[in-house]
Amino acid sequence: MGRKLLLHNAHVEGIRTYEVYRKTGGYRSVEKALKTLTPDEVVEEVKTSGLRGRGGAGFPTGMKWSFIAKPEGVPRYLVVNADESEPGTFKDRYLMEYIPHALIEGIIVSSYALGANTSYIYIRGEYAWIPDILEHAIAEAKANGFLGKNILGTGFDLEIYVQRGAGAYICGEETALIESLEGKRGNPRIKPPFPAVKGLWDCPTVVNNVESIAAVVPIINDGGAEFAKIGVGRSTGTKLISACGNLNKPGVYEIDMTISVEEFIYSDEWCGGIKGGKQLKACIPGGSSVPILPANLLLKTAKGETRYMNYESLSDGGFATGTMMGSGGFIVLDEDQCVVEHTYTLARFYRHESCGQCSPCREGTGWMEKILYKIESGNGTLHDIDLLWDIQRKIEGNTICPLGDAAAWPVAAAIRHFRDEFEWHVNNPELCRTQNFGLAHYADEIHVPA
Amino acid sequence: MSIQFTPERHQKFEEIVARYPQGRQKSALLPVLHLAQEQFGWLSSDTMDYVAGLLSITPIEVYEVASFYSMYNLKPVGKYLFEVCQTGPCMVSGANSIINYIKQKLNIEVGETTEDGLFTLKTVECLGACGYAPMMQVGKFYKEHLTPEKVDQIIAEYRNQN
Repeated sequence: MGRKLLLHNAHVEGIRTYEVYRKTGGYRSVEKALKTLTPDEVVEEVKTSGLRGRGGAGFPTGMKWSFIAKPEGVPRYLVVNADESEPGTFKDRYLMEYIPHALIEGIIVSSYALGANTSYIYIRGEYAWIPDILEHAIAEAKANGFLGKNILGTGFDLEIYVQRGAGAYICGEETALIESLEGKRGNPRIKPPFPAVKGLWDCPTVVNNVESIAAVVPIINDGGAEFAKIGVGRSTGTKLISACGNLNKPGVYEIDMTISVEEFIYSDEWCGGIKGGKQLKACIPGGSSVPILPANLLLKTAKGETRYMNYESLSDGGFATGTMMGSGGFIVLDEDQCVVEHTYTLARFYRHESCGQCSPCREGTGWMEKILYKIESGNGTLHDIDLLWDIQRKIEGNTICPLGDAAAWPVAAAIRHFRDEFEWHVNNPELCRTQNFGLAHYADEIHVPA
Repeated sequence: MSIQFTPERHQKFEEIVARYPQGRQKSALLPVLHLAQEQFGWLSSDTMDYVAGLLSITPIEVYEVASFYSMYNLKPVGKYLFEVCQTGPCMVSGANSIINYIKQKLNIEVGETTEDGLFTLKTVECLGACGYAPMMQVGKFYKEHLTPEKVDQIIAEYRNQN
């Protein structure tokens, strides 16, 4: 059983309430930070912890904080990115829904570190019932002196507001989120300037994922060094994984990043194996944007070593034979699933979510969707597969924000590892409408694509 | 029908605007459009113009936002809007057969509303309930782990309320 830092009290009856949360040790980190540490010392602890942004990019949180500009007389803002929209990802929802005070506590400490007196939680619009839960928690914290003016008599003031989005994946990109929070379309901004210098209303702003902010609580309680001891290498602390697809026990799990991928999928402590005793075909371990891997390359690296559930091991081999930790949205496909159809749904998703600013993404995502649909429905040609490859290559790296890359990678990886399945569709136009390609060699001995 | 918030919603509107610094009231646009949709069911151009007036911004600033975000209905919808997720994780968990079942059960296609005006069926992209698939959103809440039986129950429940 791994150590739990975020979900350790998730199953305590009534943990959603201030009273129970406080009894289990809640808000200690606020007392410790505000009364015994300077803001810079809090930033140092977070740096020491090695915490990497939990939204998907994995950028060190402490370093991000240290970039915030501090011009005299200009307010600073902490914006919490709760726009969780990456297919396969539903961990922040779990945290906010069941342990809302963990997020509020993290926001108070983080705002103190950044010198922010106002914080906004930007939550995806579809999570329409969660703002009520968060606002209730905020009101409770305020009633108990942890929010508002002069918190705990330290002179630090903080207000937290919840803002709902309205259905746009792109608003998970931090500058699009800021635009949206300003009441505009979610069009990402050209960087620089980065939000740390010019963010919300042109003021210095830090945008952090929900899980990153919640992780600040154990970092302050136990010290950054203690947090850094958990895990391995640059994958410190614990990570929430939201597991879904053809699993016996899909759900949200907290892991300490030392377990193997195989253990995570098959152990009863975690996902309990593939549903119906079927075989594992493929997996997208870090949210839909990261490369899909066939079973053999998922469980072992190209070098034949065991693959672990952490940043370094998942990306071992680069995109040729590896993937990414991403957001921790762990999507599992069993032997009956069709990779072409699955990739088509993802291409449709990215076409739907492209903001339309950059032509490679706006046009390219539409073309990829159409070609994938053509192949999936038995009307494709071998040339279409090459065309798909060509389009994704021309999107990647040619857009203002990473949505272009996010749309290109799943298509690239699907062709890279499952090209024979695409070809089978082309060569069996009738059969592919009623039957799937199946498992083929994907679970065999490691097969490294040329 | 003249477009105006109920007194309760108007109070809510004031509360929302107070969350932002002076002069930054445009930031309230998304929440205020949610509020408007809650009251009127969808966003007509009259409703959007009303919101523009409330926030002292131009109507085009409202239109461009309302048309960007997928949750705002720019056309009237049924009393119960079924938004069924069809993205990868839901797809591998049987979303397509649930969509087909709802179509057949309500005798409508995706994007259509039943004749009695009760139900509209829409397909949507990932709603962040991948571990509890297949699923759909109905109003404020999610209906998860959908099966044909569960869909029957949900529809019967809504029909009984009318």
